Amino acid sequence: MQPIIEVSDVTMRFNMSRDKVDSLKEYFIRTVKRQLHFDEFFALQNVSFKVWPGDVLGIVGLNGSGKSTLLKLIAGIMRPSKGTIMRTGSISPLIELGAGFSADLTARENVFLNGAVLGYSKQYMAERYDEIISFAELEQFQDVAIKNYSSGMKARLGFSIATITKPEILIVDEILSVGDFLFKEKSEARIKELMGGGTTVLLVSHSLRQIETLCNRVLWLKSGRLIMDGDALEVCRAYEEGSRG
Amino acid sequence: MIKDDGFAYVVAAAIKHPVCYNSSMDFSQITPADLFAVLSAAVILGCVIAFLFVLPKVRRMLPGLLQYRHLLSTMVVRDIKVKYRRSVLGILWSILNPLMMMIILTIVFSTIFRFNIENFPVYYIVGSTMYSFVTGSTTSGMNSVLNNAELIKKVYIPKYIFPLQKVLFSLVNLAFSLIAVAIVYAILQMPLHPTIPLLVIPVFYATVFSFGLSLVLSAAVVYFRDIAHLYGVLTMAWMYLTPIFYPFVLLPEIAQTVLQFNPLLHFVNYAREVMMYGSVPGLYENLYCMAFAIVTLVIGLLFFRRAQDNFILNI
Ligand SMILES: Nc1ncnc2c1ncn2[C@@H]1O[C@H](COP(=O)(O)OP(=O)(O)OP(=O)(O)O)[C@@H](O)[C@H]1O
Ligand SMILES: [Mg+2]
Repeated sequence: MQPIIEVSDVTMRFNMSRDKVDSLKEYFIRTVKRQLHFDEFFALQNVSFKVWPGDVLGIVGLNGSGKSTLLKLIAGIMRPSKGTIMRTGSISPLIELGAGFSADLTARENVFLNGAVLGYSKQYMAERYDEIISFAELEQFQDVAIKNYSSGMKARLGFSIATITKPEILIVDEILSVGDFLFKEKSEARIKELMGGGTTVLLVSHSLRQIETLCNRVLWLKSGRLIMDGDALEVCRAYEEGSRG
Repeated sequence: MIKDDGFAYVVAAAIKHPVCYNSSMDFSQITPADLFAVLSAAVILGCVIAFLFVLPKVRRMLPGLLQYRHLLSTMVVRDIKVKYRRSVLGILWSILNPLMMMIILTIVFSTIFRFNIENFPVYYIVGSTMYSFVTGSTTSGMNSVLNNAELIKKVYIPKYIFPLQKVLFSLVNLAFSLIAVAIVYAILQMPLHPTIPLLVIPVFYATVFSFGLSLVLSAAVVYFRDIAHLYGVLTMAWMYLTPIFYPFVLLPEIAQTVLQFNPLLHFVNYAREVMMYGSVPGLYENLYCMAFAIVTLVIGLLFFRRAQDNFILNI
């Protein structure tokens, strides 16, 4: 079997200039004064793993350990400084729900805009429009401008759009915690449904309960290094104990 | 002297160039305009060859465009809706604005400076429409990447879509400001030359040029924010360096020569030729315009491609 995602020896280095130089004027002054320093920071170091089709892979780690960075690299939003990432199949990145919502437009218009952001045609979205709205339970608010939505409502709509398209890879970064408990149950059920249909899921969450119930395999990242890769329960246990220690 | 069946002779004869009078080549007749035309042709050819054979990586940016054409059209429609749907004033304003500027400038320049330009209102409004198109599209194109920072941080999209979107949207704005031009034509009873539809040619050149320039600017401004201010000043200067409200022949000869390197000058002149004088610029003028457009586009694509991977680290 071919892995659906293959991450080989990936390192992500950020240049963190002590004070950010973002104007020509400052750049010239500093170059002349030789004050142009960059501090290097490694958000990920030599991370390698493979994901198989149908895997539900959880990623755990403390704040700042590089989880979101890793997901962005896989989604193609960033390029790694070193190493390669191979990916096959369509991908629906839920790095943050409702990326690309336009505040001035109505929910209806935003569904089509958001679909287009994910690379889908107008017709494709039109066929699924009713389903999207009914899953998000926003029938009464279809023609309200998004700026008048609550953050939970925006998240519902975003989740509904991203999962309706049945992508081969679904990336979920801490978004299941925005909705109310009813929607949380509903979205977990939706993810399970997608899993049943063979979708590969990458899930980042700070709720270990959620990781344990959904994932068959978990990665533990610590300060940008891959510490452990294995069975969900085992890794969660080790992570909890190891992090307190 | 060259034999009259040489390639250069055939070309010269085809464009009825004076070097081929008397069926033999007389090179003393070659002017700087000829040299620039040949240079432009060579540059255009070079860019096309480079694009097709040397720069497959740049060419590979294109399939993304096909896949994301829905996004492109949706975003342009969104721009139109946001600007024009919410208020009737939006449409009215984009017609009134150039008209009012025209009236003010007509009063100023025909009473105070007494420039002797035939049909000054038309002269001005055609020139300023082209100027507003180029500076408007490049200014909004320049900010397009930064303004979409939130999107760029969260999903993968080919990023040149953003400047392209703004340039296309500016085309829609241009269409609206042409209504203002039409009003002026109607009021002044301007002759309707059959060449008027050929306005699409200079507009096309200007569009390609503006997209190339937007690519450069939008990438550069991510790294150096003050470029936005610099460009604002530059567009002001650009207005004075382009004969929009004064006659070109008023300038000293040396300035006239130097300003030949101002692409906007050529686009504006081209538009006036087809709109006001009922004539179509010749081969040379088309070569110049094409060269400016293509060179800017290729530089823009190369520059943008190099810069885009690090956008996310700087926005
Ligand atoms: N664009 C950037 N420029 C500089 N540093 C960055 C950038 N993006 C992330 N980092 C750094 O990389 C490290 C990892 O960040 P990341 O967002 O991947 O953490 P995370 O594991 O998702 O944390 P959390 O649990 O809080 O979401 C952090 O220390 C952060 O400061
Ligand atoms: Mg994170």
